[in-house]
Amino acid sequence: MSEEYKKPIPSPQGESDFYWEKAKQEELWLRECPVNGPYFYPRDISPGALRKDTKWIKASGKATLFTYSIVHRAPLPGFVDDVPFVTAIVELEEGPLMPTNIIMDEPTPEKLKIGMPLVVEFEHINDKIALPKFKPV
Amino acid sequence: MSDLSRSVAIVGVAESDEVGKIENKSNLQFHAEAAYNAIKDAGMKPSDIDGIVTAGTSTLNTAEFLGLNKIKYTDSTSVGGSSFEIHIAHAMAAINAGYCETVLVTHGEAGRSARNRPGPNLSDPASQYEIPYGFIGMPINYSMACRRYMHLYGEERTRQALAEIAVSTRKWALKNPKAYMKDPMTFDDYHESRWISWPFHLFDCCIVTDGGGAYIVTKKEIANSLPKKPVWVLGVSEGHDHGIISQMPDLTRTWAKHTGPEALKMAGLTHDDIDLAMIYDSFTYTVLATLESLGFCKPGEGPDFVANQRTAPGGDFPMNTNGGGLSYCHTGMYGMFLVLEAVRQLRGETGERQLDDPKTCLINGTGGALSSTGTIVLAID
Repeated sequence: MSEEYKKPIPSPQGESDFYWEKAKQEELWLRECPVNGPYFYPRDISPGALRKDTKWIKASGKATLFTYSIVHRAPLPGFVDDVPFVTAIVELEEGPLMPTNIIMDEPTPEKLKIGMPLVVEFEHINDKIALPKFKPV
Repeated sequence: MSDLSRSVAIVGVAESDEVGKIENKSNLQFHAEAAYNAIKDAGMKPSDIDGIVTAGTSTLNTAEFLGLNKIKYTDSTSVGGSSFEIHIAHAMAAINAGYCETVLVTHGEAGRSARNRPGPNLSDPASQYEIPYGFIGMPINYSMACRRYMHLYGEERTRQALAEIAVSTRKWALKNPKAYMKDPMTFDDYHESRWISWPFHLFDCCIVTDGGGAYIVTKKEIANSLPKKPVWVLGVSEGHDHGIISQMPDLTRTWAKHTGPEALKMAGLTHDDIDLAMIYDSFTYTVLATLESLGFCKPGEGPDFVANQRTAPGGDFPMNTNGGGLSYCHTGMYGMFLVLEAVRQLRGETGERQLDDPKTCLINGTGGALSSTGTIVLAID
């Protein structure tokens, strides 16, 4: 945590402060549109329908694996100690797709099945930010 | 838009003086060399240029660097590597609307040797939701799309298709003296190359080089007065359906599903009329997904379509005859180089790799995280 962390850190914006605040409390929250339902990533005005009467909802933290890659070549020096690691797009129980990491030691294609159940786990990278990641149930 | 078909032509094309690994040249130097060479190729003068277009830097920079100070149409549309296909459409629109007569489109990128690189914009969605997880660089983004394709259509046959594309493209590169990759590639070489981001091997990924390119679009009357045969723009279509990879509506279908049919319709041609396909190959998977999206085959049929080295020299579907981004040159926004090869093949200027009198070419650029596409149909009389 803190000074050791060498990877890119999210920079919250006005429309996402609440999301990151809740993540720090180990809760995953989504925006919901009255027309098209929950969506990711959070913004006040819903994508497509452009509704302003959207609201925050708390997600269950359950998801399934939609697709992934096993990264062998670190994209930045900060990731060198992580390879191989898994970047993934997961399908949240509420419907939206979300980019994340799968927490797994020595990942292989055999261990990563599309559709496998996952649950959220938060990695606190500094005093302000916790990254929602997912691990197999 | 079909009344604009054949209203403009590409009349000059060129690379920078060198492409490959070239140290000590700036992005703008590559723009300038290519512009100089393209104007010369067209048989024109700098004063003939009254429209300027580029991507990745402002046209304020490129026009000033070149000393072009009577610009009447300016366009810095930058939506990734497909920008240089989209620029043909914009040049066509601008010329027909009367903004200008002759548009110079330039590209230059020290993709390999740049002395400094801009950092990410911290307020972008990617900086909050993808980059912190290591979604950095296109191999990682595109490999996740490819994994989804494998899930839907079968891992083994997808893998074989990727190998076919890598190997056939290298065969073309060996016929191009300007190609960066000089050694033959066997199927074993492909399968044994190291993992970058599974399911991508090293040889699924484009090379990273320095270089630039430029082309000139002008109206019919001027095109017909120049020394080289005009290459007519028959059909154009552009667009995008997402920005970052996790927002892509369907990871196996690019927006070429729209731009391909639209460009062919405007051209009054069908897939069977196309003599040469120039398909943006940032990755082997880009080609597979694009051929299907364009409608050359149905979803999931790409592996059968490219089987048995059908796209290689001597095959009945010649594709990426310059050796592609995979083996010839890829500066970061490769779409410029698709146009150069298309025009040269139609003019019959490509030496050992020249096709037998091609009359039509379909170009498809893909930019961003499979985000934007531009499809162009060209023909020569």
